[in-house]
Amino acid sequence: MGKRVAVVGVGMTKQRSSRPDVNGQELINEAVRAALEDAGISRRDIDAVVIGNMDHFEGINYVDTWSVDGSGALMKPIMKLTTGGTTGTTVAMAAYYHVASGLFDRVLAIGWEKNSESDTTGAIITAFDPFWDRPIFAGAVAGLALEATQYMHLTGATEEDAAYVAVRERRHALNNPYAHLHINLTIEDVMNSPYLSWPVKMGDMCPRTDGACAVIFASEDVVDEFPNRPAWILAVADRHLWAYTSDPYVNQALENGWWFPALEWAAREVYDKVGIRDPLKEVDVAELYLPYSFAGLRYMESLGFCGRGEGPALVRSGATDMGGKCPVNPSGGVMSSNAIGATGLLRVAECALQIQGRAGDRQVPEVKIALATGFGGCFWSDVLLMGREMPEKPRG
Amino acid sequence: MEPVAVVGVGMTAMRRERREDGYADLVYEAVRLALEDAGMTIDQVDNVVTVSNDFFDGRTISSMAVQDACGSYDKNVSTVEGDGTFGAFYGLMRILSGSFETTLVCAHHKGSESVMPLITNAMFDPVYERFLGVEAVTSSALQARAYMDRFGVSEEDCALVSVKNHANAFRNPLAQLPLELTVEEVMSSPYVAEPLKVLDCCPISDGASAVILASAERAEKITSKPVWVKGVAHCCDAYHLGDRDLSDVRALRDAARRAYSMAGISDPRREIDLVELYDAFSYMELMWLEGLGFCGPGEGGKLTASGSTAPEGEIPVNPSGGCLSGHPVLVAGLNRLIECVLQIRGEAGERQVDNVRTAVAHGINGPCGQSHCVWVLGGER
Repeated sequence: MGKRVAVVGVGMTKQRSSRPDVNGQELINEAVRAALEDAGISRRDIDAVVIGNMDHFEGINYVDTWSVDGSGALMKPIMKLTTGGTTGTTVAMAAYYHVASGLFDRVLAIGWEKNSESDTTGAIITAFDPFWDRPIFAGAVAGLALEATQYMHLTGATEEDAAYVAVRERRHALNNPYAHLHINLTIEDVMNSPYLSWPVKMGDMCPRTDGACAVIFASEDVVDEFPNRPAWILAVADRHLWAYTSDPYVNQALENGWWFPALEWAAREVYDKVGIRDPLKEVDVAELYLPYSFAGLRYMESLGFCGRGEGPALVRSGATDMGGKCPVNPSGGVMSSNAIGATGLLRVAECALQIQGRAGDRQVPEVKIALATGFGGCFWSDVLLMGREMPEKPRG
Repeated sequence: MEPVAVVGVGMTAMRRERREDGYADLVYEAVRLALEDAGMTIDQVDNVVTVSNDFFDGRTISSMAVQDACGSYDKNVSTVEGDGTFGAFYGLMRILSGSFETTLVCAHHKGSESVMPLITNAMFDPVYERFLGVEAVTSSALQARAYMDRFGVSEEDCALVSVKNHANAFRNPLAQLPLELTVEEVMSSPYVAEPLKVLDCCPISDGASAVILASAERAEKITSKPVWVKGVAHCCDAYHLGDRDLSDVRALRDAARRAYSMAGISDPRREIDLVELYDAFSYMELMWLEGLGFCGPGEGGKLTASGSTAPEGEIPVNPSGGCLSGHPVLVAGLNRLIECVLQIRGEAGERQVDNVRTAVAHGINGPCGQSHCVWVLGGER
């Protein structure tokens, strides 16, 4: 039987548009040192390291072996994982399985990106199939614009509905000293920002960011060694369903009633494992990988927080604001900071801080259950449920 | 560690160029073979780990290209970027966690669509090292020279490895480069980067492979010939070549020590019947043999010259022909593991070695074997 696993330490760099003062290893090291200090341990106590980013952003091959001076993996096992936008949550899940396997007690997970050194869109274009997709999908924005268009067509949602989400994320970010964008936007500001690809405007989109995040995962056998209250991993699941960007729009999925199967199926799996029936009631805080504003409407439906087409009403009710039934992205989320390889892991780190009651000005009161997601690839999804109480049995 | 077994394996042929096949075609072929070998359908696989590298594939999120082909639809799936032995290690942990009972691990590589010197140059520090032009072959030449100088190993000692492994490849229909060679022929082949000659170096290859791992309970239902994971560990040395003693293999020694300790092995030379190791260059087989504890430092050449590592020797090494006879990067380590499985099952065809009970498979990541992964496999639970 596997081990139960908790987050016991968190470290993050301030997310910034450009960090010319450090190289990649130094950026990683900032987060790693912060996490070790937070957990009250040293490099020597770490049994294994997992690391992730997207190769084509920094142009570094074999990031696992390259990272050693920054990650502290010298003479330790280190493994690299990469799955696009979901990389950060993929790394968190890998750290979870490292510990749950019983082979390692203390595992360091690292997600990072230095997008200031990259041609972000140029690199993302190469994700698409060179024959079928690449001529149509130019980087991340085009695919998202298509999703937004489909969503508006199916539900009657408006650009203003989406702008509400963009404003909420930036308002929440003002409480987070680590966030990249500290800007107080209005719905008019978002609506007046230039179109990137209709209906997605500059104000709807995430920034590109330099940043790193490190999280320490520990086994139930050793959690008592750490000063912080453990933030337990209750369940993890993912779906990386597709190979072609045009796949998510095929009618078959719609006809079967699936709008965003990767997220819906992964969410259903973790809810079933933990016994969550009404996420809006039972989840106290959500840190979701919302790369652009329309995701903040549609993904709430796929996550079961409301019915089909009810995303706009849900967010306009204030339920997802600070002080609402289930605040979404108290950290400011991805629309306020997006160092891509770090982004998913930051969602997990923020959930841990919320559960531990250490989230400062962005703290949501009395968090017992927290939900983290990762989004990336070809509309892929990773979902993690975390909690204050140790689960009865391991059920990753 | 709770018992986990390899229950299915599949390898495509390794060829210089499989122009007609894309990444998905190669992966589909390997996965089909592994499922067939296990007598399973894809529905019986409950999670997947793919292995690929964005640089070699020229694609960001390279695993996207093979999601259909590997059958990950509606399954939990993840992607390791590194050698296949590391991907399999993650697959193993996912079973040990209790969350899954069967993991499919697949890896693919098309060297024919890669520019090796540029891509492996990108392993090195962008500011201080890359402009030197150092890449996989030239960095390995530095390591070979450091090793040979320290222990008085000759180019002829290394050439023997090439002669042996290319000859072994004649008995492996999937191998790319079966060659009948003499030490003189290896010695007179042109230098690529002194002291490495053309015939000391692995070829560029296309290929894919897949393995299916299963928990003990499932394994015994799936197959009458499960091959059990007895021990596994990996370890990473320093990054900058100048920070390492390139003639020393401390990361491999550490990984081997931990894998052997899990497997209860105290005298590898006596207790291990066969080795499949990552011989990207001939000298590597000598160094890795030392790191794996089959002889003392600097004695790999003597061990090879004595014939002990030949297929009929005391400790056969790379009876498949090794990476020197076919080297789809990432796939190569998984192929070492698969070869050990076939040998333990007694299903290695013409390359079968008698009475293989325990075998060691080995993979590397990064320049000059910076990171090593060691697997001990056995026929008995």
